[in-house]
Amino acid sequence: MTTDTLATARLLAAKIRRDVLSMLLDEGQGHLGGSLSIADLMGVLYGKELRYDAKNPHWEDRDRVVLSKGHAGPAWYAALAESGFFDRDVLYTLNDGGTMLPSHPDRLKVPGVDMTTGSLGQGTSTAAGMAYALRLKGSSSYVHLIVGDGELNEGQCWEAFQFIAHNRLNNCIVYIDDNKKQLDGYTKDVMNPFDLVEKMRAFGFHAVRVNGQDAAALDAAIQEAKAVQDSAVAIVLDTVKGAGVPFFEQMMGNHSVKFNTPEVIDEAKRAIAALDAVIEGSEA
Amino acid sequence: MFTMASDRSQMGRELRSVVVETLQDLMKTNDRVVALEADLGGASGMTKIAATNPDRFVQCGIAEADMMGIAAGMSAEGFVPFTHTFAPFATRRAFDQVYLSGAYAGNTINIYGSDPGFCVGTNGGTHTSWEDVALMRTIPGAVVCDPADDVQTEWVVRAFAEMGQGIHYFRANRKAVRNVYAPGSTFEMGKGNVVREGDDALVITAGQLLSDALDAAEALEAEGIGCEVVDMFCIKPLDEDLILSAVAGKRCVVTFENHGVIGGLGSAVAEVLAEHGISVPFRRHGVVERFGQVGSPHFLQKEYGLTAEAVCATVRGLLG
Repeated sequence: MTTDTLATARLLAAKIRRDVLSMLLDEGQGHLGGSLSIADLMGVLYGKELRYDAKNPHWEDRDRVVLSKGHAGPAWYAALAESGFFDRDVLYTLNDGGTMLPSHPDRLKVPGVDMTTGSLGQGTSTAAGMAYALRLKGSSSYVHLIVGDGELNEGQCWEAFQFIAHNRLNNCIVYIDDNKKQLDGYTKDVMNPFDLVEKMRAFGFHAVRVNGQDAAALDAAIQEAKAVQDSAVAIVLDTVKGAGVPFFEQMMGNHSVKFNTPEVIDEAKRAIAALDAVIEGSEA
Repeated sequence: MFTMASDRSQMGRELRSVVVETLQDLMKTNDRVVALEADLGGASGMTKIAATNPDRFVQCGIAEADMMGIAAGMSAEGFVPFTHTFAPFATRRAFDQVYLSGAYAGNTINIYGSDPGFCVGTNGGTHTSWEDVALMRTIPGAVVCDPADDVQTEWVVRAFAEMGQGIHYFRANRKAVRNVYAPGSTFEMGKGNVVREGDDALVITAGQLLSDALDAAEALEAEGIGCEVVDMFCIKPLDEDLILSAVAGKRCVVTFENHGVIGGLGSAVAEVLAEHGISVPFRRHGVVERFGQVGSPHFLQKEYGLTAEAVCATVRGLLG
């Protein structure tokens, strides 16, 4: 990645954070923490890594994305809007009756969404099937499968990981967003994940841990994953739930945030203004 | 058009072989058909596809929910997946994956749920499904079939391959069942068949019980009771028109199913009768508030009252 594309990825991450905050503030509530923790990954994917055509979202040669932790849909929607899949104004229809942007991604409604997700664990199997199918078709496209750390409580994830590893589907890059928290608290308290890298290795993956809020580190890990031959690949993202906005990083219950107190609303507005300044500075 | 088999006492081909050989045949001309198994390939014969079409057989291991998700993902990439496992695992165990990754997400999954109801035999209560039809009927847009014999099973598999988006479920014994239809018979999805006419009673059934229903109708005729028999092999979408026309003038209606009485064929027919205000002596003849158990299929069929003799008794009871 050149400095320029790295800058593009970082700028996109800032836009995603701004848009997520703006959407959820407009909505009054939403899944903020897990959306912000993958903003940098989305920035790298849509800012540099992915092969896509925003005007032709079903382009056969595109790379696929499956956001199995579907509650982070707002981050994906922001990435898609900022990448030209649909107009940014649509973001503010999130969760409205009849919207094309439901809380959890729907492949029948959202341009750029390759698989419907939301019932945790299920995206892992569908992504596995997509990767298997792409290989059968002789396609060079990748499936980028994004899984939550809390989501790994679901046994289906491990069934799918077995299939991905057994079939050495190295065209399916598995990202685990290890943001350390799930709805009821810290993952180590709710259901201890232990060492995710060791776990993935035990399942037959080439696995690494990287700073998930660092665009350069993410890009390097993706390039390393793509160079792996004959083995499934996983990247464990060391992330912070609510990343990029200190107030929300420190909020304990930041899985779903209600913007219903002056303090929370002010902090969100302040963060949006700060991100706007960063974005304007970058684009100036 | 269908014609009846010349000899109903003869057994047809094993239904699992019908499914496997039909898929192998489809694969010759349709490069999108794939077969997925959950480590029952030896039991279903699906592993034969691995030998003839290695690229088209997907072994998912003992992970039925994962298999349904993989099928959904392959569908999203343009493939036409056929999955197999025992009926309770294909439905009860993997229901949410079929529902969400499959139907809700706009994907296609063709499902062969084998050994439904009393066909389970010595695999016993844990492997028994008295509710698979009920579950699958609730999925928007799903097609649910219970074919009667090898001829109809082959027709269903071929029809599913051409149906496009959605969940398409059929339940069938793995082993051979008695012939009902002559080879070359064709059917229509969503349309039942009047396979025997009669004036007094109407028996609506599906699956291999169609043979028993025909036995019952013959026995009743010997007693002077005219019994019409309808093969409702396609339980969803349901042939409401046929139900309404067949019930006209009958003195009683009995549904006869290898399934629980809640949510299956009997419920589906009852819904039609009730919503059209049809008042007729009516019974859902099936399994009532019981789990499965171990035993030979013959034992289980008798134990759960799913025999020709039992359905005769139900008809006689309704006619007084």
